[in-house]
Amino acid sequence: MPPKKLGFVRTRINDVRSAMSATNRIAVVPDARLRHNDKEANMKTTKTSKQSSGKGRNRLEILVLSAPAIILFVGFVILPIILGAYYGLYQWKGFGSPSTNGKFVGLQNYIIALKDPNFQAAIGHPLLIMIGSLVIQGPLAVLFALLLNQKFKGRALIRTLIFVPYVVSEVIVGTGWSLLLQKTGAVNQILTSIGLPAVDWLANPKIAIWTLLLIISWKYIGFAVILMLAGLQSIPEELYEAARVDGAGFWQMQKNITLPLLAPTLRIWAFLSMIGSLQLFDLVYIVWGNYVSTTAGVSTMATYMVREGRGAGNYGYGSAVALIIFVISLIIALTYQKFVLNRDLDGALTDGKAKKKFGFKKFKNESSNTQVAASEAVLAASEGEEK
Amino acid sequence: MTSASISFAGKTGKAGKKNDRYSAKNGYRKSSKTPWGNPIVYFFSLILVAICVVPVLYIIFGGFRTNAQITNNPAGLPDPWQVQNYIDVIQNAGFWGELVNSLIVAICTMVGVVVLGIMVSFVIARYHFKGSKAMYALFTAGLMFPMTVAITPLYLMIRNLGMANSLLGIILPQIAFGLPQTIVILVPFLQSIPLELEEACLLDGCSRLGFFWRMVIPLAMPGVATCGILQFVGSWNSYMLPLFVLSQENKYTLPLGVQMFSSQHSVDTARVLAFTSLAMLPALIFFTIFQKKIVGGLTGAVKG
Repeated sequence: MPPKKLGFVRTRINDVRSAMSATNRIAVVPDARLRHNDKEANMKTTKTSKQSSGKGRNRLEILVLSAPAIILFVGFVILPIILGAYYGLYQWKGFGSPSTNGKFVGLQNYIIALKDPNFQAAIGHPLLIMIGSLVIQGPLAVLFALLLNQKFKGRALIRTLIFVPYVVSEVIVGTGWSLLLQKTGAVNQILTSIGLPAVDWLANPKIAIWTLLLIISWKYIGFAVILMLAGLQSIPEELYEAARVDGAGFWQMQKNITLPLLAPTLRIWAFLSMIGSLQLFDLVYIVWGNYVSTTAGVSTMATYMVREGRGAGNYGYGSAVALIIFVISLIIALTYQKFVLNRDLDGALTDGKAKKKFGFKKFKNESSNTQVAASEAVLAASEGEEK
Repeated sequence: MTSASISFAGKTGKAGKKNDRYSAKNGYRKSSKTPWGNPIVYFFSLILVAICVVPVLYIIFGGFRTNAQITNNPAGLPDPWQVQNYIDVIQNAGFWGELVNSLIVAICTMVGVVVLGIMVSFVIARYHFKGSKAMYALFTAGLMFPMTVAITPLYLMIRNLGMANSLLGIILPQIAFGLPQTIVILVPFLQSIPLELEEACLLDGCSRLGFFWRMVIPLAMPGVATCGILQFVGSWNSYMLPLFVLSQENKYTLPLGVQMFSSQHSVDTARVLAFTSLAMLPALIFFTIFQKKIVGGLTGAVKG
């Protein structure tokens, strides 16, 4: 591509990005109603100008365009969750219907699960991983993003390379790391060659969970850095110029400008990271396997569910455990939303009435922000690639 | 690390950025103006890159070694280089079958999510009707239901529908679970297409669907590409659903294949590494190619 086009591409990306975030914000504030009125007015004019295209046709279009997606979504996402809640009330091996082939046990499955020390441990491990990833990856990602936000030769290549672990599947990551971290593996060889003792990374219950944290941080730090970079680029340059005129030093500027303005990105990243930690399955299942993970002290709620549910053929029990996972995730997500995420919207929602009314919507809009943030990260990566 | 040196690097960084903006306006960017960074910046960047890339390189290089080499010197480089492992894997029919299965699933998921997603996003973003907000809420709420919490009943449902052990049994749920993400990205995107465009289109005698087909789809390409990439990579790497649904080896996708191969050939480490590196290659290539596609698509976008 000629250099001319490249420059254009960059401005286009920024335009689109700001447009994307702008519309996203608009969707939250009551201004949205204004937009709707606008639309309505437009609808009326089109209706009067084009009497032939009546309501019926409009409805048909809506139906044809949205029905397939809704049917699939309700059928494969909503229905299984409802069914799961129902199955969870039965002791059932998965054949026929639970009411004929199974035994109704009420909340017994839930009580057994919550009393099982294995499940309690399996709740604890992801929580530890969740906090650990936040503490390890957050500061590191911000520091590296600050570093990579400067313009220097080779930056694009570096940005692409740090995204590699994120694109590689967890199965491959797990296979690779379990070989690297074997007792006689490469990592221990390097350690002993520089005079440090070899470590039993995978089997020692005291160490295994930290090993898991290490692998997770390795896989997702690139994603965090790219997300932070996208956040950094939306901070207006003028603020730094003004601060420099006022005689602020580099670290002062970071503390007083970058961190506060990066906070929304940080919060969204933290949210994504937390949800990911709670659902942890693939890596543990690949590196430790279903049975070793319990003795090595790295079992997660999902590995417990697979082992006790599908593994043992107890589908009723497995469904109950799934519902517990869902509720735990939901509680954490909503708590986080209540105390941390909605700070981002305090400025946007000034009148209390609207605040109440949009209370639940806000969360949804936040989660949509997270998704946009994720796509921004991909865009940012691609941008880096081009340069 | 002195703060003075960092501060200097920061300044050059900002200057470079400004330059960039200026040159973008003129339509020119001189790559010679990109400064060399501070050595400290390179040092830390290289550490980060090394941390990210070395384990992946270990897998790739490991495939070029023999088992004896790996046992004697786990951290060493190939010496001499062996291509036999890779040749063995390429000649392995199982590998190609799994690759094809993975491709079918990933492409169908990507196309399905994008097509259904853009249709329903168009309805939510540009039609005014009573249920539109509820529809949006339904899909956005889906973001809170990751597949993990539904997997057990989902598997039973797929089995009862007779889709256990078929690729369709993976594709359909993946499309369903991919929809919320896609809709949440695309709806703001479609809302940002100016109303004037739609009016102009209607004046020119286009129907709503004509507007959708001729204007919305081309304009939404960047958003579509982003969603498509996320879905493709997600599907390529997905493990839990295939693990539940597929039990016949000839239906396995690559992640299952990697796991099976590594447990069957646990003594033949070198070949496992060769298999693993070939399995990750397609996703990496796809990601690299399509990164550029997104940017290409963006050049055609209209000002929101």
